[in-house]
Amino acid sequence: MVTREYRTARNIIGPLILVEGVEGISYGELTDIKTAGQDALRRGKVLEVNGDKAVVQVFEGTSGLAPQDLSVKFLGKSQEIGVSADMLGRVFDGAGRPIDDGPPIIPEKWLNVNGSPMNPYARDYPNEFIQTGISTIDLLNTLVRGQKLPIFSASGLPHSRMAAQIARQAKVLKTGERFAVIFAAMGITFEESEFFIADFRRTGAIERAVLFINLADDPAIERISVPRMALTTAEFLAYEKGMHVLVILTDLTNYCEALREISAARKEVPGRRGYPGYLYTDLSSIYERAGRIKGKPGSITQFPVLTMPEDDKTHPIPDLTGYITEGQIILSRPIHAQGIYPPVDVLPSLSRLKDKGIGKGKTREDHADVMNQLYSAYARGKNAKELAVVLGESALSEEDLLFVKFADAFEGKFIRQGEDENRPIEESLAIGWSLLAMLPRESLKRVRDEYIEKYYPK
Amino acid sequence: MNNNQGEVVKVSGPLVVARGLAGARMYEMVRVGEMRLFGEIIEIRGGDCSIQVYEETEGIGPGQPVFRTGEALSVELGPGLIRSIYDGVQRPLNDLNAKFGDFIVRGAESPALSRETQWTFEPAAKTGDKVASGDLLGTVQESKLVVHKIMVPAGVEGKITRIGPVTGNVDTRVAVIETANGPVDVTMVQRWPVRVGRPVKRKLPPTVPMTTGQRVIDMFFPMTQGGTACVPGPFGSGKTVVQHQLAKWANAQIIVYVGCGERGNEMTDVLMEFPELKDPDSGEPLMERTVLIANTSNMPVAAREASVFTGITIAEYFRDMGYSVALMADSTSRWAEAMREMSGRLEEMPGEEGYPAYLGSRIASFYERAGNVLCLGSDDRAGSLSLIGAVSPPGGDFSEPVVQATLRVVKVFWGLDDKLAFARHFPAINWLTSYSLYQEAVDKYANEHLDKGWQETRQRAMGILQREADLDELVRLVGMDALPVDDRLLMQAAKMIREDFLHQNAFDDRDTYTSLPKQFRLLNLILHFYDEARPALAQGVSLSALQGLDVLEDVARAKLIPEDNLNEFDRLKERITQAVAALPR
Repeated sequence: MVTREYRTARNIIGPLILVEGVEGISYGELTDIKTAGQDALRRGKVLEVNGDKAVVQVFEGTSGLAPQDLSVKFLGKSQEIGVSADMLGRVFDGAGRPIDDGPPIIPEKWLNVNGSPMNPYARDYPNEFIQTGISTIDLLNTLVRGQKLPIFSASGLPHSRMAAQIARQAKVLKTGERFAVIFAAMGITFEESEFFIADFRRTGAIERAVLFINLADDPAIERISVPRMALTTAEFLAYEKGMHVLVILTDLTNYCEALREISAARKEVPGRRGYPGYLYTDLSSIYERAGRIKGKPGSITQFPVLTMPEDDKTHPIPDLTGYITEGQIILSRPIHAQGIYPPVDVLPSLSRLKDKGIGKGKTREDHADVMNQLYSAYARGKNAKELAVVLGESALSEEDLLFVKFADAFEGKFIRQGEDENRPIEESLAIGWSLLAMLPRESLKRVRDEYIEKYYPK
Repeated sequence: MNNNQGEVVKVSGPLVVARGLAGARMYEMVRVGEMRLFGEIIEIRGGDCSIQVYEETEGIGPGQPVFRTGEALSVELGPGLIRSIYDGVQRPLNDLNAKFGDFIVRGAESPALSRETQWTFEPAAKTGDKVASGDLLGTVQESKLVVHKIMVPAGVEGKITRIGPVTGNVDTRVAVIETANGPVDVTMVQRWPVRVGRPVKRKLPPTVPMTTGQRVIDMFFPMTQGGTACVPGPFGSGKTVVQHQLAKWANAQIIVYVGCGERGNEMTDVLMEFPELKDPDSGEPLMERTVLIANTSNMPVAAREASVFTGITIAEYFRDMGYSVALMADSTSRWAEAMREMSGRLEEMPGEEGYPAYLGSRIASFYERAGNVLCLGSDDRAGSLSLIGAVSPPGGDFSEPVVQATLRVVKVFWGLDDKLAFARHFPAINWLTSYSLYQEAVDKYANEHLDKGWQETRQRAMGILQREADLDELVRLVGMDALPVDDRLLMQAAKMIREDFLHQNAFDDRDTYTSLPKQFRLLNLILHFYDEARPALAQGVSLSALQGLDVLEDVARAKLIPEDNLNEFDRLKERITQAVAALPR
């Protein structure tokens, strides 16, 4: 297709430019936007064409632009990213340009960042255990390859440290498989971003990582394409290079706000809390890019991080995320206040795919039973504690008091672990059993007798 | 330019506006752009047609051509539907995978029914017979469980001039019918527009229960063949597991499962599991009676809107053969959101929460396609179509428009509760808020066919659960010890009903399905303990002695008693009587 250049921009509304008198423009097309007297190009994308009018969304934002100075060039192609295996170990900005002083990437391939939906028939069911070395995840909310498991956090909680720890420690129990981490930062602070880069450098993880960084003061609209570039790179590494890719996306809340900004500028009818009605569909086009394909060695596992506004789980962002992802790890402020890291709120956290990834041959035969028993004992202990708040500790039966003690020990020994402590699954199970040993044997109704025989500490 | 071709003037996401399609009708299918993407006309304004496109519209722009097809969005109906997996507009996903690769590419096409598979047609009518729409011409053995009936297509009436056994693909002619307008060739396949309900002779009231093997459903909130139900719940409360359980164990002859805007991995789970699982009645794999429609959340939103109609039209087709059909739609909220998105792009005046004003009537017209019917055809066969829709309300708030519009039309409400789910009580159906308007009909049926004590048992158990909820509030204020002993015994009985009856593990082979007779005996067993314990308590037996009876552990495990050993319940009952009698007074 020929490229066409127009100097007919009329309106600028928020991140959008309206160009008139255009011809032969197609939906989704990429544009270069030049301002007279400036060298720097801005990039844009066609959001709507109506007759001879095109609405262009500017990734770098529109500040400083004047309609009469603009020249908008339509490139006749959609947004693409050049991918290559050499991207491993490199850092890119939100537009996909290297920012680590390294040489430019010579692409093996150009791929459309929007990808295509995976055919459900081609999917392979995720059932391979990934060990993160964090007990509350491995034993209670097991992550499997090809899963998307978000962290629901809130401002002031250590989700970044936890995400970095997972990126560092995640491995599959089989050896000799190639593993990569893709890190996509959307609107996070310079400090946070430095923390990740430094952490990756310190542990050598950078060698097998690709980083896309959009900082809080970078253009907000760029955040729309950051996760898509990251996932397109992930798909290339996973399905063409056979690697197992862990994608960490942080922070989805900033992404959704950028989406809302565009929607508001277009004067669309808003859904809940001003977010566009298609927020679910848009989020799913990110999350659903996790998975495995039958007959292909690679996989994409997603670990999105989002901060819940006002710690509210029913806010549209966590709510719609929870409807798409396969579970959630929820961080808790009260547990954080007790000085426990990682502050995982065990009871409402959930991994929907855990059942297929655990047990004999995958982790250990007693895994499911221990998990259920820990859950139920901790839930009972928490209940008893709540009761004690209302009625006083003296109102508790002796058995209830035992469960209260169990719940405290569970938080102190099982949930709590060091930031560099990488617990193998056997160790998590051993801690689980040592805690269960606080309870009388006959109260362990969820564990099969044979496992009690075999594993109950003597 | 001819009438069958127009040109694009506007593109906004999945919405394309075209000009110059003279004579185009509402809901007509069109092909958009050089890539010939599938679309459907959803609004006509003067010479401009608004088209919802079932595929990603990137690269489409003003000036590109739009082609009319003259046909409304339709599905192909014939042998080969069973065991298929389709997207929202009936493209076979397995064929697309084989032809186009692991990702769904645009403009991909493949016939819904394979033209390679050979079917053997056995005639059931003979030359010279006078036939009309819906009359049976013959049968095709489609799968181990399904005999596919080839019926006279709608609008055809006359005398059969040729018919005989034949083997061939679905396009093979099986009969010729001499009608008033000349001879009509009948093949094994017919087409039907998805937005139009298939005609029936008349509707009948639902009377026969649809058993699901799920204790809380069958006993307390039963469903009927031809009924409608909804399962709303916040995320993580187990909607999809409930839907999967129904698809697995409901005693319908045909299951149509519509994954509408949900997770890809869940559809894969169904695809991998159903061929392995056995139907409890026939012992054949469940896939032998199942049609899957998978339009996952990241697939085009307009096709998601169409997917429930594609599903229900296929379901109606099997109903017309005289089968009992159940359709599960997971989730209707995603369908409603697809409507909202299209409505927003059409710049319609929004109703509540941005949903279009016609949300309620669309939902009602969908559920109204369910029912027990007398099918067309001279043999007066009856068929049924039951509908079960999951709803995913934002934030678990049941006051939102989709739940409310659904509750106005469905007869059964299984309200999922995330508090129960956090306590790992599954299925997390809240027994205090759920309801079924078919209870009377099912009680009547069960009293007659299963046990005359059915209704009484159910009512007593529900009474205990409701009393427990009242007492619970008291306990939270004053503690358990402050309650009189008979109330504490009731709390014990309620706990047994909750844990030993209502709680059911979908992932345990022995617990995932319970027949009605076993459900009845199990509940009866728990009530029997209560009946024995109450007088004993009055005679001075201590509550803790009653609670500590060893036999209660066997009651707790009674749900695992095999279906072929139900006499075990009588023995357990006897043991309870003896154990209570043996306690010191």
